Amino acid sequence: MKALYLIVPLAPLLGAIVAGFFGRRIGRAGAHWVTILGVAISLIASCMVMSEVLDGVTFNGPVYTWLTSGGARLEVGFMIDRLSALMMIVVTFVSLMVHIYTIGYMAEDPGYQRFFSYISLFTFSMLMLVMSNNFLQLFFGWEAVGLVSYLLIGFWYTRPTAIYANLKAFLVNRVGDFGFVLGIALILANFGTLDYLEVFRHAPEMATQTMELFPGTPYLVITVICIGLFIGAMGKSAQFPLHVWLPDSMEGPTPISALIHAATMVTAGIFMVSRMSPLFELSQAALSFILVIGAITAFFMALIALVQYDIKRVVAYSTLSQLGYMTMALGASAYSAAMFHLMTHAFFKAVLFLGAGSVIMAMHHEQDMRKMGGLRKYLPVTYLVVLIGALANAGFPPFAGFFSKDTIIEALQASQTPGAGIAYVAAVLGVFVGALYSFRLVFFAFHGKERFDTHHGNEAAQGHDSHDGHEDHGHHDHGHGGTPHESPLVVTVPLVLLAIPSVCAGWLIGTVVYGNYFGDAIFIAESHEWIAEMTHEYPGVLGMMGHGLTSLPFWMAVAGLATAWFLYILRPELPAVIRARLGGLVRVLENKYGFDDFNQWFFARGAVKLGTGLWRFGDVTIIDGIMVNGTAKLVGWFAGVVRWLQSGFIYQYAFAMIIGVSVLLFVWVFDVTSLFSNWVR
Amino acid sequence: MPAQAPWLSLAIWIPVIAGLIVLASGSDRNAREARVIALIGAIAGLLVTIPLFADFDTSTSAMQFVINRPWIERFNINYHLGVDGISMLFILLNSFVTVLVVIAGWDVIKTRVAQYMAAFLIMSGLMNGVFAALDAMLFYVFFEATLIPMYIVIGVWGGPNRVYAAVKFFLYTLLGSLLMLVAFLYLYNKSGGSFSILDYHNLPLTMTAQTLLFIAFLLAFAVKVPMWPVHTWLPDAHVEAPTGGSAVLAAIMLKLGAYGFIRFSLPILPDASHALSGFMITLSLIAVVYIGLVALAQSDMKKLIAYSSISHMGFVTLGFFIFNAYGMEGALVQMISHGFVSAAMFLCVGVMYDRMHSRQISDYGGVVNTMPKFAAFLMLFAMANCGLPATSGFVGEFMVIMGAMKFNFWIAFLAATTLIFGAAYTLWMYKRVIFGGIANSHVAELKDINAREFLILALLAIAVLGMGLYPLPFTEIMHASVNELLKHVAVSKL
Repeated sequence: MKALYLIVPLAPLLGAIVAGFFGRRIGRAGAHWVTILGVAISLIASCMVMSEVLDGVTFNGPVYTWLTSGGARLEVGFMIDRLSALMMIVVTFVSLMVHIYTIGYMAEDPGYQRFFSYISLFTFSMLMLVMSNNFLQLFFGWEAVGLVSYLLIGFWYTRPTAIYANLKAFLVNRVGDFGFVLGIALILANFGTLDYLEVFRHAPEMATQTMELFPGTPYLVITVICIGLFIGAMGKSAQFPLHVWLPDSMEGPTPISALIHAATMVTAGIFMVSRMSPLFELSQAALSFILVIGAITAFFMALIALVQYDIKRVVAYSTLSQLGYMTMALGASAYSAAMFHLMTHAFFKAVLFLGAGSVIMAMHHEQDMRKMGGLRKYLPVTYLVVLIGALANAGFPPFAGFFSKDTIIEALQASQTPGAGIAYVAAVLGVFVGALYSFRLVFFAFHGKERFDTHHGNEAAQGHDSHDGHEDHGHHDHGHGGTPHESPLVVTVPLVLLAIPSVCAGWLIGTVVYGNYFGDAIFIAESHEWIAEMTHEYPGVLGMMGHGLTSLPFWMAVAGLATAWFLYILRPELPAVIRARLGGLVRVLENKYGFDDFNQWFFARGAVKLGTGLWRFGDVTIIDGIMVNGTAKLVGWFAGVVRWLQSGFIYQYAFAMIIGVSVLLFVWVFDVTSLFSNWVR
Repeated sequence: MPAQAPWLSLAIWIPVIAGLIVLASGSDRNAREARVIALIGAIAGLLVTIPLFADFDTSTSAMQFVINRPWIERFNINYHLGVDGISMLFILLNSFVTVLVVIAGWDVIKTRVAQYMAAFLIMSGLMNGVFAALDAMLFYVFFEATLIPMYIVIGVWGGPNRVYAAVKFFLYTLLGSLLMLVAFLYLYNKSGGSFSILDYHNLPLTMTAQTLLFIAFLLAFAVKVPMWPVHTWLPDAHVEAPTGGSAVLAAIMLKLGAYGFIRFSLPILPDASHALSGFMITLSLIAVVYIGLVALAQSDMKKLIAYSSISHMGFVTLGFFIFNAYGMEGALVQMISHGFVSAAMFLCVGVMYDRMHSRQISDYGGVVNTMPKFAAFLMLFAMANCGLPATSGFVGEFMVIMGAMKFNFWIAFLAATTLIFGAAYTLWMYKRVIFGGIANSHVAELKDINAREFLILALLAIAVLGMGLYPLPFTEIMHASVNELLKHVAVSKL
């Protein structure tokens, strides 16, 4: 156990504790310095770990024993291999960029120190999640990132929309965790341990074991485990139908949308399934399930992005769609491609979010794209990086997204797993939609007519619902009139630093995907080795770009770009016409297919109604009303009747005595008892 | 074994005697002295429990710190005390909570201070007696005696409907425990004139006798836990009880019932326990699911937490009756954790009640704006209440779900719904009370917690986090006793 490994998560934790508990004492600058220092140390240590891992030094061992019970030893421990090392670099790098960016974005927020404390705590939690060597700690990290996400979505706790969104996010994630815990419990029940390697070692022996969930219908234990775990991933990685929380999470400050709800936390599910590849590979049914869920998410969520006007929500739906791509890759056993897309997506989506944040700052916290337009003149750096992000997101060569997305699509094409066909169609169509919404954003916000009001005096009156009343946060530029202007260096430098890998990271594909970078960290069943097959045909980075130019996805992307250009630059009056013509379809998309309304009506209100009903009927009426107080009343009534026996009036007692004596006399004189005894005999 | 101080006797009688001294200080003119003596007594009571922990031998399941002296020789009733890995931690928990409750009532209680403090100290000693007693009669006496101070606490310092609540609490629990007395008398005759609980463990009993005894014990203990459907006294008692009363009631008194199951029902009646386990599991799951939903519908914070307590105690009884180590140890851990978390939740409501004199959720909103420190503490305890990892609330729930899965998939499935329900009712309440803009002028005038309140909540926060991050010491204490119990329960007495 090396100190280096401990430094990686503990440095941000220390930063979070100092900034959180002593925030007032160390001041704003103190808070951002201590947390940035912590994350920077963590990044450097992660790089050192990476270089060691590349030299073949891996680690798997406990840090301390959490508890022992029933013969199992539950531990907190690290597993450092090529998979976790990659995640550590991605997490700490994006986190560091976001920390620096936050100095600018949150400059005037009263909760400055608290914010830094939270994002450092998040970094710690995420690192514990990815470095774990067992399911228990995985769940620890899993829940901890969920907690910080909850705290950060509700960061502006006076806004009703924010505190609605954070509760929703937590509860929807809990539905996922419900499946996740059952999966973990099944693992412990069947394997007797929660240690990754032990479980993986014994997994093949379990491959054919079945359990009867319902009498008479056996299921593979592995399938039930994998579906349970994947339901957890559906919550965290916002897959249909548990995707509903992610768009609302945009209520949080933009830096965390980039860090948590795009680059890192939401990819935890992707990472987890990749890590569990030795289990998932044993269950064809689970892989098919994953493919279908991923396909639905990738295509249908991309469509919603087309009708959004809020710049952050466009990016949010884009994130959902991209997560769908990663999920499909998992289903097609292309774990390395999923992880690679996770990495490139982390960079370009962070760029898009932070770029959107830069726009929002420039627009004095206006998020509605209808009030933007022509911004490229005023925000040249932001424009450039958002353009790079959009090109990468849409999958144009040579940008990072091209390589990862193209590999996923090819793997879907090659895959024989049932469901891969649907997934392939969804993925290819999704490329068109992806290019369309990406460039809709670019053209709508940065090109065309300037639609913003240069007199920001009546900002609130322009009112975009839920986005006014930001008086308690962020950056207001006083004395600059109304023209938008480029953000300060603390904002643009991280943007540029993230834009660089958004361009170049894809060129690593030869190493990461086709160079079998992950090695033993990922297991692929012999019948699922599509990536290995594709490796034989891998023509190198340039070759892949050349080949890409003749492939269907590329032309879908071009078509998307062209459509966006046509609709938003050439004929900007057309979108309104189309919107009017396709009113019904647009409404379906604007209502997000009705999931929010249904969930609110059925689950949220339904549960409260059911609870109220059970309480009023079960507890108050039946148990308390009839049984408890009923018993008391019955006793009271009986006592009331019997009370007449003790009236306290002598004549009543005397009367009763006379009657008693006469009865006895009667019995004695007529010998009634002998009559009875004869009769009984 | 070297001679040692009678730590268990001290743990029982120091608080009781301190309580009597406080009581002697009399009227409210001496309120200050009463408080100081009470605090000294409570701390002394806590200090004498430390050797129980420090000198505890985790390698044996035998009773430790045993004291055995004749009490009523004619009926062979003995003053027989001892603890094992199951009971020891509760004595610590009880003594710890008593200190907190004394501090919590420090300047909140203004009338009849001496009597208030005395009631809690005496109750603390008596409850230590319940956990330490190895003689059935002694157990019964302590078990029943604890009712009196709690009855007085609710009835005197309680809310407007306190008389109804106090009487309901008293009658409910008294009726249950009368059958337990009958059961003890039967066992006394059957065992040839012994009240020793340990003798009963090895007493052969027919299935009919076991079933009848099981039902008698069930009524006594199920009311105390409380299990559905004999739980309705608890919300009323909590709502009317003063803050300290609620804290002790939830943290310790409910554990007396659960402790009864594990000390009497399981080892004395193994066959009946197995035969009726399906019934017990069903009741436990109703507590988890049904009560979880009912909690969602509450508009009174104390009622909500009371229902949440019932739901969490469902996990305890579930853990007992799935007969494996995860379940049993998880249930015990859950009992300890619930002691911390429920005490913390009730004390937090008390903090707000002292300022606003309302428990209605709708009277609050945006408390974080005026009480940020308090909001942070309540966030931690709320998260512990919904079983977030790294808090103590997670450990027990997780272990019980693990144990339930070993037993049956669907039981684990239903038990795990608490992940959703627990989060829903706790965080929804948190949202409505703490988050949002300042709801009204009363909230605007709130003052954040003072040093005394900070101390209480900080101590509980340390306990909740410490147990969540490193539960190993707790489970290590239990292992030997739990394994022995599981072995014992697996052997039929027929």
